[in-house]
Amino acid sequence: MKVQYYPGCSLHGTAKEYDQSVKAVSRALGIELKEVEDWSCCGATSAHATNFKLSVALPARNLAAAEKSDLKDVMVPCAACFNRFKSAQHHLAGDAALKTEVEKILGRKVEGTVSVRNPIDIFCKDIGLDTLEGKVTRKLTGLKPVSYYGCLLLRPPEVCQFDDYENPVLLDKLLGAMGADVRPWSYKTDCCGGSLTISRTDIVIKMVDKLVAMAREAGANCVVTACPVCMANLDMRASENVRLPVFYFTELVALAMGLQGPASWFKLHNVDPTPLVSGLGLL
Amino acid sequence: MVKSFGCWPLTEDCETNGEDMKTFLDEVNEKIHGVPIQRCYHCRKCTAGCPLASVMEYNPNKIIKMIQLGMKEKVLGSSTIWLCASCETCITRCPNEVDIARMMDALREMAIVSGVGAREKNVLHFHEAFLANIRSNGRINETMMTVNYKLKSGDLFSDAAMGISMFMKGKLALISPKTKDIQSVRGIFDKTKNA
Ligand code: SF4
Ligand code: SF4
Repeated sequence: MKVQYYPGCSLHGTAKEYDQSVKAVSRALGIELKEVEDWSCCGATSAHATNFKLSVALPARNLAAAEKSDLKDVMVPCAACFNRFKSAQHHLAGDAALKTEVEKILGRKVEGTVSVRNPIDIFCKDIGLDTLEGKVTRKLTGLKPVSYYGCLLLRPPEVCQFDDYENPVLLDKLLGAMGADVRPWSYKTDCCGGSLTISRTDIVIKMVDKLVAMAREAGANCVVTACPVCMANLDMRASENVRLPVFYFTELVALAMGLQGPASWFKLHNVDPTPLVSGLGLL
Repeated sequence: MVKSFGCWPLTEDCETNGEDMKTFLDEVNEKIHGVPIQRCYHCRKCTAGCPLASVMEYNPNKIIKMIQLGMKEKVLGSSTIWLCASCETCITRCPNEVDIARMMDALREMAIVSGVGAREKNVLHFHEAFLANIRSNGRINETMMTVNYKLKSGDLFSDAAMGISMFMKGKLALISPKTKDIQSVRGIFDKTKNA
C-alpha cells in the first residue's frame, strides 16, 4: 500500500522519535510513504484561536498540494495536524462561500478528495490486527499501558470520525495485539492542557499530574499516546513524584516487531523509559 | 404638523439602520455561523465537562449568559476566552449543539480586532510568536519560536534547563527545513489579515 505522508512541524523537531518510529513501522508493514510536496504548517491552535480564515486556509494549502497526487490517503501522525486538516475539510465542505474565498486566497482548488488518516486507523483497518499480531516477535509482556487518546483525534466527532468519542478502543486493541496488558481507565479522552503548557505552565502541571496519578491508580506502568502535544506535556510537565514513562504508540509497535530504533528513540524522552523496558527484558 | 417620534414609522432612510441595532449576541452568532447561542437551555453540561472551568474567570455557561445580556466588554476582557484550551469537550456533549469551542475562537478574534487585547497576555504572545514563525519559514522551528515568545513575554528563564537538554538530544535545532514556496504561505497571511 502507498500513501501520502504529512509529518508536520513537531515530527521534524521535538517529536522526531514519532516520525522515525512511524516510518520504521510503516516500512515493516509494507506501507510506502510519499511526503506531501513542499508542505507548510497546519496553523495548529494558534491559527484557529485567533483567526478563523487563516485556520482554514493554512491546512487547505496542504490539502490542495496533496490533491495533486494520485494517492488518495494522507497519513497524518500528529493528532493536532490531523484535527486541523479534518476541520478545514469540514468547513470547506459545509460553506460554499468560504470555499470560494479560500480557493481565491490560495489560487488553487480544494476539492476535498483526499482522505486524512491517522496511522492508528491505517494500521488497524487497512493492515488489520491479525496481520499486526502476526508480525510480533517479542510480546510486550509485563507492559501495562493506559491508552491516552486526548482531544484532537476524537473531537468534535462529526469532524474527526475516528473512534468512539467517549470510550475509544482502537489504540487499546492495537496495544493488546502487541501483547501488552492494557489497563482500562476513565481518562482516555481528557485534555492535557495543550499549548497552555508554555504560557500557563502552572495550570498544565495540575492537569497532567491528575492524568498520570489516575493512570497509576488504574495499575499502569506507562502511558501511550499518538499526539506530540500530549507527549510533551505528560513527559515533561508531570511532577517527579507521579510521573511515568510515556511512549508514542509506534515506538511500542516497533519494539514488539523487533525493529531497529527503540533504544535510540527512548534516549530522546524526558522520563527515561529504558529501566522499565529493560527490566521487563524487552530491550 | 405631525411630530415624528424617533424612528417611527420605520422608513428606508431611518437613522437607526440595521448595523446600529446589532446586539453583541447577534455579532457572536454571525461569527460562529452555526447553531445560534440562544438555543442553549443552560443545562451546564458543557461546564461540567470543561477541564479548565475551575481556573476560568467565568465558566463557559456563564459566558453564554453574559453574551445574552450584552456584556461585551466583560466577556472580551475576561481570562476565560484565553484559558479555553480548545479541547472541544463542550461542543461534543452539548445536547443543543451549541459550538462553544468555536464561540471561544470567535470571542478571542473579536477581542483582538476590537483592540481589547488579551487578559492572559502570554497566551496571545505565544500565538503571535507561533504564527510569526510560520509566516517567516512556512514551518515551525521550535527553537526560534520559543526564543521569540520569550522575548515577547519577558519570561526568559523558565524551562531553560529543559530547553538545553532537548538541544543536546538534537530535538531542538537552530535551523530546520523551510517551505520552499514561502510566498504562497505569506500570501495566505496577507489575505486573511483581520486586525
Ligand atoms: S451544554 Fe449546551 S445547552 Fe447545556 S449549558 Fe452548555 S451550551 Fe447550554
Ligand atoms: S473547548 Fe474550551 S470551553 Fe470547551 S470544554 Fe474545552 S476548554 Fe472548556
